[in-house]
Amino acid sequence: MAVAKKEHQLIVSVSPHIRSEETVSRIMWTVSLSLLPAFAMGVYYFGPKAVYVTALCIIGSLFSEWIVEKMAGKELTIRDGSAFLTGLLLGMNMPASVPFYIPLVSSFVAVAITKQLFGGIGYNIFNPALVGRAFALITWPRAMTTWLTPTASFIGMDAKTTATPLGILKEEGMHKLIEIFGDKMTLYTKLLIGHRAGSLGETSVIALLIGAAFLIYKRYITWHIPISFLATVAVITWIFGGKEGLFTGDPIVHLLSGGLILGAFFMATDYVTCPSVRKGQIVFGIGCGFLTALIRLKAGYPEGVMFAILLMNCFSPLIDRNLKSRVFGARKEAKK
Amino acid sequence: MALLTFKGGVHPPDHKELSANSPIKEAKVPSQVVIPLSQHIGAPCQAIVEVGQEVKKGEMIGEPTGFVSAPVHASVSGKVVAMMDVPNAMGRMVPAVVIENDGKEEWTQLSDNPDYMNLSPDELREKIKNAGIVGMGGATFPTHVKLSPPKEKPIDVVIINGAECEPYLTADHRMMVETPKEVIEGLKIIMKILGVSKGYVGIENNKPDAIERMKEAAQNEPNIEVVALQVKYPQGAEKMLIKAIVDREVPAGGLPMDVGVVVQNVGTAYAIYEACRYGKPLIERVVTVTGLGVNSPGNFRARIGTPIQQLIDEAGGFTNGAVKVVLGGPMMGFAVYSTEIPVTKGTSGVLVLSESEYVSSEKFSSCIRCGRCVDACPMGLIPSMLSILSEKGFYEDTKEYNIFDCFECGTCTYVCPAKRPIVQLIRLAKSLVKR
Repeated sequence: MAVAKKEHQLIVSVSPHIRSEETVSRIMWTVSLSLLPAFAMGVYYFGPKAVYVTALCIIGSLFSEWIVEKMAGKELTIRDGSAFLTGLLLGMNMPASVPFYIPLVSSFVAVAITKQLFGGIGYNIFNPALVGRAFALITWPRAMTTWLTPTASFIGMDAKTTATPLGILKEEGMHKLIEIFGDKMTLYTKLLIGHRAGSLGETSVIALLIGAAFLIYKRYITWHIPISFLATVAVITWIFGGKEGLFTGDPIVHLLSGGLILGAFFMATDYVTCPSVRKGQIVFGIGCGFLTALIRLKAGYPEGVMFAILLMNCFSPLIDRNLKSRVFGARKEAKK
Repeated sequence: MALLTFKGGVHPPDHKELSANSPIKEAKVPSQVVIPLSQHIGAPCQAIVEVGQEVKKGEMIGEPTGFVSAPVHASVSGKVVAMMDVPNAMGRMVPAVVIENDGKEEWTQLSDNPDYMNLSPDELREKIKNAGIVGMGGATFPTHVKLSPPKEKPIDVVIINGAECEPYLTADHRMMVETPKEVIEGLKIIMKILGVSKGYVGIENNKPDAIERMKEAAQNEPNIEVVALQVKYPQGAEKMLIKAIVDREVPAGGLPMDVGVVVQNVGTAYAIYEACRYGKPLIERVVTVTGLGVNSPGNFRARIGTPIQQLIDEAGGFTNGAVKVVLGGPMMGFAVYSTEIPVTKGTSGVLVLSESEYVSSEKFSSCIRCGRCVDACPMGLIPSMLSILSEKGFYEDTKEYNIFDCFECGTCTYVCPAKRPIVQLIRLAKSLVKR
């Protein structure tokens, strides 16, 4: 027999009555998962120190989120994966050789100051992990630019240090870079695999691209920001990057080195701090690419991805405001 | 050929399998019907019967009080036993006539017209008006008004909306499978009234049997084309349907007639045919009773005024897990607190959601600006920004983000990973902003 249903038992709410299964925490954990291959390559080349540094960043991030929310009497959100992801990204953006206090302080700057003090998830203007890294770079410039030689031996005891490919390129030029790596093909291959000095999670281009392809396949990110970002860097470094005049630069080295792939696919695409409309995202990507190339070629730092993204983060609200999507049925004359 | 569609939209699981293969069943005629006097957009009707009066099936019991209005008719023969206020789908109280069924099923005098295609457009329009026909997709706009466009708006295309893009609902689907000829005849009448030589039937591609049957029914009609549409919500929204089929964009704030198009729902076309051919007023409609909250989902032809509880019983009754009753589809339908609410002209479905299908909308977090709503909005709006402005109380600023172009399809709210009540916040802002 049919079950009788009393009136007060029915739930009443406004439409829509169904929701997609996507949640914020699922997004955050999936992005974290997509970073695993690159992180694993970092551990492979830089040893247990890579795990140690990243773990400290994650612990610092989660603790910072917890303490601020506790003090502010807000709902605790450490399980939504957002602070974990910030910690993971911050760790992957650090040299494996930094002393313990740098990850801890930087993650506090990232999560407590950049994210929570601006209102928590969704309200930060700047990418938290990048602010944390920028803070560390400015506060501890030596430690943050001392790079371990990739050893590919799991013990990683011989803490030899070396320069990054971008550093060599900036100081001594392309010839020296080819000389160190042997020949051009070896250089490209080693950059692709990640056998080079750098931040512990940025080196393996191939592992990063696997993660990025997964995110694009899952439609968590789209091509708009990364491709416009990379294309702009490639074009500018090709035209102006060479020492023998225009159009003699090597865009491939620029694309494969530094934090460009990590930045373009995983940091510039941060939902909160990039524009929401596709048109705006392309402008944002081009802006990031332009600033990156400008810093790499003309400024004091060999690498410019971090500052480029942070600077463009400031413009996201402005871009969104001025490049709205076209409203269906908008009259043509109104578009003037 | 590539399937026609529009930009944006979402693909919620459609769950049409629950009732898509159940032929339309005649629902039991209730012993008492409750017929609201306001079942349409526009001026409510004035009752023209009194308590104690005998009425016949199809007799007018409420007469329109303005041009944008539609009469209501007795759906059974019997005695008027009460005039009372009953809640409608939106929970608002509306006056209604209660008729006790005498079981005789006696029709009032109907005017049979085998030769209806030779009637003049004005005569046909009059028949539709007198039959009390309104848009049966759920909007319930009086049909004769839609068929009386002003002279400065020439119409050249009529579209029958067979998209049925709301998940779960299968009423239009079954009508197209079971009575395709009648639907096509309805379309021909509309084309005649409007003096239009091009008619389309747009059907989402998840109903191949309906597409096939409608194509068969229209094969000798050179002016009528049955087209397959991509399965995507809200494909059945008028503006999206017109964009998909004839690639015209209804201007912001405008109506389909601004681009020379009139859209009518499948059920409406069927009712138009019945009114012009047999003189039958709109006293019954097809209702899908579905969801995991009922034991045996199906499609029923029910009299207007049938309490929805009776339809739920005919569909096997509530399951143990039933938690929510929605009139219409899950994207735009109205949850009701009582199952005594009667079926009206706009009731396309009774959806009973079970615990497993139910999603609480109580908890939500801040917008992470992921842009999913921006991509999905069929109108090209920025729902995330509208929801943030509304949440913070900056209602006036929402105008800058074209809030009045939103037709509240709920797509943004469906996709939001932060589970934000976006469309609800938009409705709030709309009601508080001066146009």
